[in-house]
Amino acid sequence: MNCIIIDDEATARAIVVQLCSNIKSLNVLADFPDAIQSMKFLNQNEVDLIFLDIHMPDFTGFDFIQTLKNPPKIILTTSDPQFAIDAFEYECIIDYLVKPILLPRFKKAVTKAENTALTTAVKKSTTAKKDVSSTGDVLYVNIDRRLIKIEIPSIYLIEAKGDYILIKTEDKNYTVHSTLKKIEDKLSDSVFLKVHRSYVINVKKIIDIEDNSVLIKKDVIPVSRSNRPELMKRLNLL
Amino acid sequence: MEQPNLSYIHSMSGGDTAFEQKLIAIIKNEFPEEKATYYENFNAGNFKMTADNVHKLKHKISILGLEKSYDIAVAFENNLLDGNTDLSDAFESILNNITNYLTTL
Repeated sequence: MNCIIIDDEATARAIVVQLCSNIKSLNVLADFPDAIQSMKFLNQNEVDLIFLDIHMPDFTGFDFIQTLKNPPKIILTTSDPQFAIDAFEYECIIDYLVKPILLPRFKKAVTKAENTALTTAVKKSTTAKKDVSSTGDVLYVNIDRRLIKIEIPSIYLIEAKGDYILIKTEDKNYTVHSTLKKIEDKLSDSVFLKVHRSYVINVKKIIDIEDNSVLIKKDVIPVSRSNRPELMKRLNLL
Repeated sequence: MEQPNLSYIHSMSGGDTAFEQKLIAIIKNEFPEEKATYYENFNAGNFKMTADNVHKLKHKISILGLEKSYDIAVAFENNLLDGNTDLSDAFESILNNITNYLTTL
């Protein structure tokens, strides 16, 4: 991971550089005595991680984060334990290190940043996969050694049935040896939603919703309590 | 009074004496500047800025293993934010202690 260090104290910057040298995966690109000086560098270089001091004159670490459109991962380095709660307000803040920083704690924070970077990469790859599927708008399923084409927009319901799934479309139903998880990964998140552990529905095909169930075509599908908020969010409510 | 030490610096250097010397040189260079700024702001009655200076000096106090002194610095920083200078004598003793220690390095 490419990283930079921002701290108004030279001693603190030297310490973080030394701590970074203990971790092979970290590549320190530069260090800066204030956040403003780092901005041009951030615009011109790919930075994965920032070690950022909070308490700096004129422009605090939190002020700086608010100026970033797509902030990289940030590990705060500070003598102020009282700001830890504020740090939770920012998704980009991975960890909060109180000075003087010890190597084991530092390593733990970097591991956390690496794991978060990995999770983000996996999420991006899954999204890309879904985008490809949705542009194709078709899905091939294996039934009796034949690959059968299904138009994805025609699917209105998928039901888990043991080791099989039942795919219901406008014209026909298909029983396929697969799992809900596998087919979910092939479908667009914006159209299909898991409303129950056994059901994925096409949100565009909903006819009505009553209490804890939805009517879709002629099927009444249960909606679990945990999935209801997401379903309500998807609806164009008046 | 507790005495400054290099335990933290040794623990994080992993035996890299070049780094230890470099860090000590940075501290010897930076500390007098921070101390001077502290006195300047304190004598001018700029207690908010003095609190910022104490905040920055706190890190060096902790690096040099001065645990009790660190607690005094934390309390003094909070006092200054309330316009209270009660712990200034104690804090200035800490600064003198560090100044004397750095001359021995």
